[in-house]
Amino acid sequence: MRTWVRRGGLSTLVFLLPLLVIFGVFSWLPIVRAAVMSVQQTNLVTAPKFVGLENFQSVLADPLFWTAVRNTGVFALIALVFGYPIPLVVAVLMGEVRRFRGLLSAIAYLPVVVPPVVAVLMWKFFYDARPDGVFNTILGWVGLGPYRWLQSATTAMPSLVLEATWAAAGGTVIIYLAALIGVPAELYDAADVDGASIWQKIWHVTLPQLRGVLLVTLILQIIGTSQVFLEPFLFTGGGPANSTLTVLLLIYNYAFGSSLGGDYGAATALSLMLAVFLAALSAVYFWLTRSWSTS
Amino acid sequence: MRSIRKAATAVSAVLIAAGLLAACSASPGQPDAGGKTAITVVSLKPGSEQSAFDAFENQVKQFEAANPDIDVTSQEYEWTGPTFTAQLAGGTLPTVFTVPFTDGKSLIERGQLADLSQYVRAFGYADKFNPTVLRSGQSADGGIFGVPTAAYGVGLHYNRTLFTQAGLDPDKPPTTWDEVRSYAKQIAERTGQAGYAQMTQENTGGWMLTSLTYALGGRMQVANGDKVEATIDNPGAREALTRLREMRWQDNSMGSNFLYDWGSINQEFAAGRIGMIMAGSDIYESLVQQNNIKPADYGLAVLPLAPGGSAGLLGGGTLAAVNVKASPKQQAAAAKWIDFYYMSKFLKQDAAVLDAKTLSESKQPVGLPKLPIFDKATLDQYNQWIKPYVNVPLAQMRSFNEGIFDQELAGEPTAHTQEMYAVLDTVVQAVLTDPGANIDELLSTADSDVQAILDRG
Repeated sequence: MRTWVRRGGLSTLVFLLPLLVIFGVFSWLPIVRAAVMSVQQTNLVTAPKFVGLENFQSVLADPLFWTAVRNTGVFALIALVFGYPIPLVVAVLMGEVRRFRGLLSAIAYLPVVVPPVVAVLMWKFFYDARPDGVFNTILGWVGLGPYRWLQSATTAMPSLVLEATWAAAGGTVIIYLAALIGVPAELYDAADVDGASIWQKIWHVTLPQLRGVLLVTLILQIIGTSQVFLEPFLFTGGGPANSTLTVLLLIYNYAFGSSLGGDYGAATALSLMLAVFLAALSAVYFWLTRSWSTS
Repeated sequence: MRSIRKAATAVSAVLIAAGLLAACSASPGQPDAGGKTAITVVSLKPGSEQSAFDAFENQVKQFEAANPDIDVTSQEYEWTGPTFTAQLAGGTLPTVFTVPFTDGKSLIERGQLADLSQYVRAFGYADKFNPTVLRSGQSADGGIFGVPTAAYGVGLHYNRTLFTQAGLDPDKPPTTWDEVRSYAKQIAERTGQAGYAQMTQENTGGWMLTSLTYALGGRMQVANGDKVEATIDNPGAREALTRLREMRWQDNSMGSNFLYDWGSINQEFAAGRIGMIMAGSDIYESLVQQNNIKPADYGLAVLPLAPGGSAGLLGGGTLAAVNVKASPKQQAAAAKWIDFYYMSKFLKQDAAVLDAKTLSESKQPVGLPKLPIFDKATLDQYNQWIKPYVNVPLAQMRSFNEGIFDQELAGEPTAHTQEMYAVLDTVVQAVLTDPGANIDELLSTADSDVQAILDRG
């Protein structure tokens, strides 16, 4: 004990203490509390009652649960197909540009700096479904539209993905740009000597060198889009007719949808199910891709 | 080196201890600040004009002058389901707050409101209330837990300027739903703005669909002994949705936005982009304070009711309530505030005059149409007292003021109201955004969904 103190164990602990306390109180305690609440019936005012797995059963029996799962899946899929390649293409193109790279990165990153709520309100204005709405006017110049954007069950979700991609792409572009700097110049020189075209250089040098980063951003994107909340909450409130109701929005509705005290048990049960699903997905993902990883 | 580390350890230990002590000592809402009883009360909706807040603070000062032992702190407040739930669960509701009639019963049953019976009895008007109105704030054994402060009936609000532009007479608002439809079409065709729009989000879609259903003779719930039965699949609701569908898809007279809640539809209406909306008769105050409406634009008519005995006008109102966690002293002070700010003006001439004078000096609306919370004679008397201060365009609300007392008022459904409204939001949204929506199917699904909620208890 004395040697531990003398070696600085105590001061290390004391220095660590604020972090441990903050992390414990604000990160881990809520997680544990949520897990406990998922097997309770509670309104946070009167004493909670233990109900076993009832909350999980009632969530699974809720027809809206499957609507939410389907919608979240659709969101994640569209975001993956369109939102995942775009930052990569932008980063590779920007990597080729010699001048104004700083300016271009700033422009690409700008949407990330705009506060999300402001961005959504701005896009809501753009998405005005009248023929004289911003997007409808612009598309009208080339003879397209008018489209109903958020006002139709079929176009609402793609509209949300479009804004979400715009808002998030900048951050990923910066990560790719940083990774691109790490690609050794000799590899490109060697490819040049072999007479590789620009596409061959990208395919055979750039992408393989980026694969570690690409693998991580892919799973981060899947986890991120599975937890989409802000866009459906602010744009549509889950409408029209539940077409943009996502899992997180459903959790929110369970907890706060009724003014008389929400169903916190169902909300935490669904949260827990989502967390377990995403953890399992990540584990399977890293296991499947372990041979491609750089480390 | 070691001494530096020791010193650092000591310093950080002191800092942490100080921080913890500070965190512990800063307990919120000390009940007895400086010998005074401190209470927090809700003031106005966030985003209201500064002059409205000034008027409110003046009233706080008047109250504190009359009650030197009470210290009042005001807090902006707008009742919405989600924020109220969070405040209720988190224990952060102010001492005095307001809730809609529909939530009174359940909050009382769950022991979440303070018992105000003794105070209201002491004020002397406990037995003067309109019994139907008071019931929403009473427990099963007649105790008063919520004081009705305002009652509304749903009205048809219309934009007089758009009426004129469309070639309609702004002094002759529609009196049947067929007229609403044809007027809406005419407004949309001639002005390019939405002729008629309806709320669809955050449970307001269900609220307004229920209003329209009532007006067309239907009801959403029927009490059957102890059990409540969902009757959403009724001819009134079917007609309501059919009318909405015709206006939306045949006439194209409902504009292009079908995701409105209370705040956003008011905003669009005040901006002159909607010809007619259904809403509680009391929204003019908020249209002025939050949305800066041009008074000349505004018109209020009674909601057309279908002929036949079963049509009714949906009405509701606001209860003032006191936080059950407040100390007895605070509860007594809170009751005094409710009496001062909400109630006494209806019963005492000097209070009515002072209230009206304070509001009109800050250019806040005075003299809006009200529904009686006591009896009609009391309300007429109150209107007489404040007459010199009336600054709202009453002539533009004549249809409502003259017609409202002939209408059959029907209370909102009482069981799981907000949850039912949430289910109905989806129904209205589906009809307004999907030309192929099957109304029969939507109603029968909603009926069984709501029945499941009701059965859960």
